[in-house]
Amino acid sequence: MLGRTLREVSAALKQGQITPIELCQKCLSLIKKTKFLNAYITVSEEVALKQAEESEKRYKKGHSLGDLDGIPIAVKDNFSTSGIETTCASNMLKGYVPPYNATVVQRLLDQGAVLMGKTNLDEFAMGSGSTDGAFGPVKNPWSYSKQYREKRKQKPHGEKEDSNWLITGGSSGGSAAAVSAFTCFAALGSDTGGSTRNPAAHCGIVGFKPSYGLVSRHGLIPLVNSMDVPGILTRCVDDAAIVLGMLAGHDPKDSTTIQDPGKPFMLSSLTDVSKLCIGIPKEYLVPELSSEVRSFWSKAANLFESEGAKVIEVSLPHTSHSIVCYHVLCTSEVASNMARFDGLEYGHRCDIDVSTEAMYAATRREGFNDVVRGRILAGNFFLLKENYANYFAKAQKVRRLIANDFVNVFNSGVDVLLTPTTLSEAVPYPEFIKEDNRTRSAQDDIFTQAVNMAGLPAVSVPVALSNQGLPVGLQFIGRAFCDQQLLTVAKWFEKQVQFPVIQLQELMDDCSSVFEIEKLASVSLQQ
Amino acid sequence: MAAPMLRGCCLGRHWALACIDGGSRHGRGAATGFTSSGKRGQSFVAQQPHITAQKSRKGEHKWEAVVGLEIHAQIASNSKLFSGSQVHFAAPPNSLVSFFDASLPGTLPVLNRRCVEAAVMTGLALNCHINKKSLFDRKHYFYADLPAGYQITQQRLPIAVNGSLAYSVCVGKRWRQVITKTVRIKQIQLEQDSGKSLHDELRSQTLIDLNRAEGQLRVDANISVHHPGEPLGVRTEVKNLNSARFLARAIDYEIQRQINELENGCEILNETRSFDYKLGCTVPMRDKEGKQDYRFMPEPNLPPLLLYDTASLPAGADPQQVINIDQIREQLPELPSETREKLIQQYGMLPEHSFALLNEVGLLEFFQNVIKETRAEPKKVTSWVLNIFLGFLKQQNLAVNESPVTPSALAELLNLLDRKVISSSAAKQVFEELWRGKGKTPSQIVSERKLELMQDAEALERVCHAVMEGHPQVVMDMKRGNPRAINKLIGLVRKATHSRADPTVIKEILEKQLSS
Repeated sequence: MLGRTLREVSAALKQGQITPIELCQKCLSLIKKTKFLNAYITVSEEVALKQAEESEKRYKKGHSLGDLDGIPIAVKDNFSTSGIETTCASNMLKGYVPPYNATVVQRLLDQGAVLMGKTNLDEFAMGSGSTDGAFGPVKNPWSYSKQYREKRKQKPHGEKEDSNWLITGGSSGGSAAAVSAFTCFAALGSDTGGSTRNPAAHCGIVGFKPSYGLVSRHGLIPLVNSMDVPGILTRCVDDAAIVLGMLAGHDPKDSTTIQDPGKPFMLSSLTDVSKLCIGIPKEYLVPELSSEVRSFWSKAANLFESEGAKVIEVSLPHTSHSIVCYHVLCTSEVASNMARFDGLEYGHRCDIDVSTEAMYAATRREGFNDVVRGRILAGNFFLLKENYANYFAKAQKVRRLIANDFVNVFNSGVDVLLTPTTLSEAVPYPEFIKEDNRTRSAQDDIFTQAVNMAGLPAVSVPVALSNQGLPVGLQFIGRAFCDQQLLTVAKWFEKQVQFPVIQLQELMDDCSSVFEIEKLASVSLQQ
Repeated sequence: MAAPMLRGCCLGRHWALACIDGGSRHGRGAATGFTSSGKRGQSFVAQQPHITAQKSRKGEHKWEAVVGLEIHAQIASNSKLFSGSQVHFAAPPNSLVSFFDASLPGTLPVLNRRCVEAAVMTGLALNCHINKKSLFDRKHYFYADLPAGYQITQQRLPIAVNGSLAYSVCVGKRWRQVITKTVRIKQIQLEQDSGKSLHDELRSQTLIDLNRAEGQLRVDANISVHHPGEPLGVRTEVKNLNSARFLARAIDYEIQRQINELENGCEILNETRSFDYKLGCTVPMRDKEGKQDYRFMPEPNLPPLLLYDTASLPAGADPQQVINIDQIREQLPELPSETREKLIQQYGMLPEHSFALLNEVGLLEFFQNVIKETRAEPKKVTSWVLNIFLGFLKQQNLAVNESPVTPSALAELLNLLDRKVISSSAAKQVFEELWRGKGKTPSQIVSERKLELMQDAEALERVCHAVMEGHPQVVMDMKRGNPRAINKLIGLVRKATHSRADPTVIKEILEKQLSS
């Protein structure tokens, strides 16, 4: 049952094959068994069971709230959840319990979804590995998959098994791992430069970043307000569309959401792609791109072409400036957004009380990690009166050029762009931490982050396993607010590629000894 | 006002900020000081930049001062500029704080429509150019009562710019001469207010109130002095002046202080100062951080604020979602300068009286209601409203709408006076009785207390006769030609009639009886 998609399990609930409480308990049990993945910062067991009970009552009365009623979901720990600790994986917010729900959380709960817990991330979502949080790194469930381990057995390797686990990507790595390891059916991530799509690609699931302004940011603790978008992580494109349908639409609490009333997102099954024009941006063919990913990308293009779609090479000429431009804009907004964490109203406060200024300084030094402090420092430098015109204002102009690149391409008749999501498949943790956070982020965001500058919808769809038995994802980018069209194309593609299901069962049994977790004898994913 | 919001629901509180740039003008002669006094209630004039110049004591150099005012005025709205929490004066600390006001992570600002309308109306009243597109910015600084670490304001592109305000100043002996001046308005911007810090020095603690409803008006004055024809001097900023009187005193003091410093060979520092209203001087504020860099940045959570006029209004636009400048212009009430001009023309009123009538909320309406119902001369009405009625209000610290005397009652009283039914001293007694609020009409009071003037000429003649009989010495004085003696007699007659006789009639009778 846990291996099913959201749509399938929703049907099972409606048909009474399983009850919301049973489903919730199965997920809770699996969360405990996969605790070593470190996907969750907080497991809201009591709340989840209570919500499941409520849901069960509704099903018994025949008053189900719809597709999401009784469905276990997880939420990245940078969305405010009323009564549930929200930490952003930072010492600064340890123990902070928001008094309100983020709009997206509230909308899911209003639909009867069952909140299993809050998922791990890089501190304040600053990172691309889910390795730089106050609660430790997230481990990629694929590290323990039959597919990956069988490939590894063929190769001689001396390192210890347990130190060589793979990163999930990030920053929404906890959400990606939670969905990938079957502990929930959908999870919310956030996406500022690729934070939803990147871990989705590494964990073999669908990661969707909606158009900026389609989904409310109220309650999402910001990284970069002008680029942040709540992301959706699911096991298939249809599921992402169901969740989007619940989340999309104007929110009076977020002035940047569009005024149009939300409409349900029902994806039709595309049978004919011959009227589609797929653009392949030539600037995305970078030397760092692994040959395997490159070959999947080109196979995907061929697939569309062979089915009658028009596939053309396009140019996004300002792509190479995107990372630097992003760095300036991101750190500047970070410097501003992090100013509120001063130890006065909420969150961590140091013991020093000689003066307000000394208290601020020590609180912020203790509360933030090096990555956050580094970005605050850089951002404040860019915002200084003497630097503003040279850095921030210039970066804004470059951002406009980057956004215009996309507009020009779409105006030329391209419906959807097809690109890689990541340079390669997930790498082992020791390899990942060889580079610092900034370098990694700059490398890993290369295909995803220009989309955030332009506010466009984009989705990463798992396409196949690499030689190492690890998932590779490809990205589709759509026109602004043409999210439905984008997902329709992604759904067609998903159907063609038939990405394999992760095989976790026997390996998790093994892991139990390796990681000294509680016994996994009763894990049964194939019920 | 029901406030449908721009882009959504909530409401917010708000400070409109007007930057008034006095520019440089030449004044002559000694500093005259502020031309209106708080007593006379002309706080309006206090918003002028005050330019003065003075002869150097040592050389022949004249000094010229430049003053710019930053006026923080709270908009009268039900809720805050960017949040739905209410605005109430003197509410318990931190009782009106939304999640946004406390800067909880993840909260976003939502602009209050009512505040935008108020800003546009202010802009129109001050002859500003209204920007159809304006932007919001973040101004960063760390302070305990600024929970977000930044303040949302309109630095780059404010809602209104380039305005002017013409105003009249009473000068000369007894402020009888009125001159008109114009001050330039640089910009009007919507700005979030910070919280309020209460420092407890004894316990080394600071208490924060995030209600933020501090005062209705707060002014920062920027002041510099220079010699005419030379570059402007280094300016100082005197912060947080909250009354017209203190503003005037602070500016006068600061101008003189700067002149003295410079003439003694010292330099003026670019610093913020505060006004010590007890000592009447400005003192440097303890600003440890030195020069602040506010690291301005566009506020990414508020889209550009777009305004329309009837010509540019998009077809089929939802009226709840757009603000039409022309519509607001139509709602603009008659402005005070116009009203004052009308009063002067219509009633022959002195300019200073027209100021006084407009400076007290509700006083003009009271005056006009009295005028409607009385046959008394407008000058008489003006004098009664400004001297007696306003005097009583001030004495008891009441607002016009709290007055126990209605316009009708005063009108009736003035009618009795006009018809010479009562004397003016009796009228004052009646007014005092009315003020006590026993629910009696002026006529009732007059008849109960027998305050009518004596209409019986014979009876009055008898009284006069009796008085003359009783004071032969005074009569003798009069006959010898002492002009003051008759007044004494008049006084005695009035006393004998309990002030119920008209002095002019008494005088006539006395003169007649003396000459006979």
